[in-house]
Amino acid sequence: MTVGAREALFLILRRELRLSFRRPEQLAQPLVFFLIVTTLFPLGLSVQLSLLRDMAPGVLWVAALLSSLLSLDALFKSDAEDGTLEQLALSGHGLTVVVVAKTVAHWLVTGLALVLVSPIVGTALGIPTEAFATMLLSLALGTLTLSWLGAIGTGLTIGLRRGNVLLSLIVLPLATPLLIFGAGATDRAMSGSGVAGALYLLAALCVLTCTLAPFAAAAALRITLE
Amino acid sequence: MWTWFYKLASPPYVYGVAARFAPWLFGAAALTIGYGLIAGLGIAPPDYQQGEAFRMIYVHVPAAILSVTVYSIMAVASAVALIWRIKVGHAVAAASVPIGASFTLMTLVTGSLWGKPMWGTYWAWDPRLTSELILLFLYVGVMSLRSAFEDPARGDRAAALLAVVGVVNVPIVHFSVVWWNSLHQGSTIVTLEGPKMPGSMLWPLLSMWLGFMLFYGAVLCIRVQGEVLNRERQSAWVREAVKS
Repeated sequence: MTVGAREALFLILRRELRLSFRRPEQLAQPLVFFLIVTTLFPLGLSVQLSLLRDMAPGVLWVAALLSSLLSLDALFKSDAEDGTLEQLALSGHGLTVVVVAKTVAHWLVTGLALVLVSPIVGTALGIPTEAFATMLLSLALGTLTLSWLGAIGTGLTIGLRRGNVLLSLIVLPLATPLLIFGAGATDRAMSGSGVAGALYLLAALCVLTCTLAPFAAAAALRITLE
Repeated sequence: MWTWFYKLASPPYVYGVAARFAPWLFGAAALTIGYGLIAGLGIAPPDYQQGEAFRMIYVHVPAAILSVTVYSIMAVASAVALIWRIKVGHAVAAASVPIGASFTLMTLVTGSLWGKPMWGTYWAWDPRLTSELILLFLYVGVMSLRSAFEDPARGDRAAALLAVVGVVNVPIVHFSVVWWNSLHQGSTIVTLEGPKMPGSMLWPLLSMWLGFMLFYGAVLCIRVQGEVLNRERQSAWVREAVKS
């Protein structure tokens, strides 16, 4: 039976989502990590809400970055270990389709979920409700971009025994613009100044990675799989 | 007409060319850096605002330009190696990484030493400083990715891909002082109105820049020879070259 590229994309996407929802505890792990990290900051620093509020956007974004980095392990690893990834690569639809489907699925279960719990964390850190819209939008754009960057990074490090540290070494430098603009947007929204510029830049980065990263990640997988 | 270009894909030819060019490049680098140091540190007048401390420019600015230039050269060599499967490209990229990383580190160190008397601080989280630091991390990432693979050919290709992806940082470093209103000053050499610097200060700087480029070329020649020998160690010509 032959299927078109679009159909293949949706089939892989559905498979990925089904696999994720079969293991809900794994689904929750990055979110719990996100909550724990953001809880640690007030404990370690100070309970003064005014001070906390100044640091809130940065804390939120660093925690989102780390949590998304941790969850990247699940992106290709299990499929690469049991040979599914090779089979998908041989399916005739090209690795790019596989990469797109897997990364979008990964973002839906980690990035989007993180965006959805961020109001709780935001409230705990003292981010005012007026800034929530900007925070949610910037996190949504940022986590999607991060998933794409992560797909490149995981693709490059997948066959390696100590790939995890290397993965962060590769992904984190590339993710710094996200941190700067994402935290900057939330910060500006809290102080009531215009956020359009930072959001446009985040959106531009998101579009850039959405269009180019699938090819880069597929090329990376082609190098490491062989 | 293009044969010299095609020949660059051949490891023995590149090995020979690198061996021939290296001493000349070292000589030219010594001359230009020597003139730049004497004229810049000794003859050029002190800056009306920064005094003698401005002389840091003669090391800081060339190193900073080179840190970005070397990255670009490395990325182009990596892209060439990936697209046309030319192994010499990997050798050039692998040889460039440590040199570029050293220039980046040098930029950061001289910059912070210059920043202390001028800005009153060694380090500021300024866009240009931060993007230069990220450049260093990228170099380190490319270097460690290459060595993480047991199969060197795979490590080469993975590192090449990362180098190409990391190119996005190069315009960020370059335009950071334009895009953000930053602590770091803008360009004084390349502006639309021409250099904003008197000749007695400018010529030593340009000479230092040329000297750093030549020095990079010379070190690259030496390192490329090593990389090519290591990569081709199974082939007959290497045995010949090492024997003689």
